[in-house]
Amino acid sequence: MNAVLRRVLVWAALMVLLAITLGAAFLPLGAARPWIAYGIATAKAALILWFFMELRREGGLVRLAAIAGFVWLTILFTLTAADYLTRFWTG
Amino acid sequence: MTEPRFEHPPEEAAISYLADGHSLRSWFLTTDHKRIALLYLVSITFFFLIGASAAALIRLDLLTPQADLLTNEGYNRAFSIHGIVMVWFFLIPAIPNVLGNFLVPIMIGARDLAFPRLNLLSWYIYIFSGLLTLYVVVSGGVDTGWTFYTPLSSAYANGAVVATIVAVFISGFSTILTGINFIVTIHKLRAPGMTWGRLPLFIWSHYATSIIFVLATPVLAVTLLLVAAERLIGIGVFDPRLGGDPLLFQHLFWFYSHPAVYIMILPALGVISELITAAAHKRIFGYWFVAIASIAIAVIGFMVWGHHMFVSGQSVYASAVFSFLSIAVAVPSAIKVYNWTATLYKADIAIDAPLLFALSFIGLFVAGGLTGLMLAMLAIDVHVTDTYFVVAHFHYIMVGGSVTAFFGGLHFWWPKITGRLYNETLGRIAAVLILVGFNVTFFPQFLLGYEGMPRRYHVYPPEFQVLHVISSMGAALLAVGYALPAIYLIASLLPGGRRAPANPWGATGLEWTTSSPPPKDNFTEQPVVARQPYDYPLAHPASRDDG
Repeated sequence: MNAVLRRVLVWAALMVLLAITLGAAFLPLGAARPWIAYGIATAKAALILWFFMELRREGGLVRLAAIAGFVWLTILFTLTAADYLTRFWTG
Repeated sequence: MTEPRFEHPPEEAAISYLADGHSLRSWFLTTDHKRIALLYLVSITFFFLIGASAAALIRLDLLTPQADLLTNEGYNRAFSIHGIVMVWFFLIPAIPNVLGNFLVPIMIGARDLAFPRLNLLSWYIYIFSGLLTLYVVVSGGVDTGWTFYTPLSSAYANGAVVATIVAVFISGFSTILTGINFIVTIHKLRAPGMTWGRLPLFIWSHYATSIIFVLATPVLAVTLLLVAAERLIGIGVFDPRLGGDPLLFQHLFWFYSHPAVYIMILPALGVISELITAAAHKRIFGYWFVAIASIAIAVIGFMVWGHHMFVSGQSVYASAVFSFLSIAVAVPSAIKVYNWTATLYKADIAIDAPLLFALSFIGLFVAGGLTGLMLAMLAIDVHVTDTYFVVAHFHYIMVGGSVTAFFGGLHFWWPKITGRLYNETLGRIAAVLILVGFNVTFFPQFLLGYEGMPRRYHVYPPEFQVLHVISSMGAALLAVGYALPAIYLIASLLPGGRRAPANPWGATGLEWTTSSPPPKDNFTEQPVVARQPYDYPLAHPASRDDG
């Protein structure tokens, strides 16, 4: 596939996902809403990593380094959430 | 990135890096990692003097229970600039950018770092951000402390908060560039035979530090940008009035800043491993345990930040998890201490200044580490949070640990860096003075904190005065201890100073196989490594008298 066409298609896919994010924010999804948003965000990040950051062309070491960055982000989110999700005193 | 090549024939390459050009241009546009290390040495010494001057003002003001010297605002600004300058412009760059810059390529048998121009850029970025911080000092200062807690730094701040934040933000890029440079260099430019299992422990600790540089510093940058955005354009992130959460700032800030504590101590641990083995003339006890402990500290160090927030309103369940993880990070630190001690056991020990600094380090690091365990316990932390107990604890790690190791490393590699030998007797006196001065300064602060003296106050009940006076006297002694090396190290550079042989300590390691000071390309021919690290005893340990 033509490189420019591929980038345009990936960009279009990102825009569609953005539209779904916006739409989902207004739907009565209840407790499922954040999880749907996280799922869409993960899909967007995967597209950017794989195509725009060219991880699909790279070897194992570079992919591992990129994944390590996300593992670190997961530590930040998980332990921060451990605070926010267990603050029962805030009601 | 270039592969290591040695372009000059041996006789030409033997010209030392110090003799290779004397113009300003040859220094300020150099891409030689050794010259950049010296640029950093001069720069961090300058910033150390600024931070130390602020500390002197603080200790003078605390001599009496009344505010005799500084106003309330002046005191807040003095301790803020002390913390900001000491953390970002002295402690973080001290060992990695001076000793690391000089030694990482030489220790692995490379000609330079992987990205020499990026290395120079990193120094310029550091200097630019440092000058911006000096601008803050003269333009009214900042009163938030080095932690920039919101809403004090956002909704209620006085002074040049945004300029300070921009300065720290920019200095982060210097750090990230250094981290990337070290990681790529260690992966790609090792000499033939220099396997991962043969890397000096100094390299392992710098590798671990670089991981933190690259993974943590961007979070600080994002956090500081959010504070600036909230102040400038009113986006609600941390300010509750705008729908934000001040605790989110503390989460993000400490996600960077607790690993930053390990940025300051991990390179010091690497220095101590080199000093101990060289003084003991023995193979390190448990090489792999010490090496992997560095990586373990870097990884677990990312999961303990919540122990700074036990009384902030953080969920008690999260606090319990952070408390457990904080205790866990003590394990790899303890492994190192045990292994250094075991290395010294039954060794033929040379008691020179570097070893005295290393022994001081072990004692002070253990005292700082054990009080850190006390602070990791929820019940004790509630009692002593924001008291002088915490101030004493982190100074035992940062100053007693990192600064002592930096001085030990500077003495150990001074002959290699400059080609000159310093006065060993004065070196030993300085090591003892620093140890005594440090303890007289900071041990009373444990007692002050336990009895309830809060940090960041300069007016206090009269019953605390005796301990404060002892602490200030210790600070004067410590200042003499720090000034003394400046005198005899500079004196060693004067004409007539004793020349250093290639290996004055009889130590192993590639840096001791090249001349003192090393040639521009580090080695006259490509070194090939065929021996295990710390492969003592050497056949003929050189004597210090050789020079």
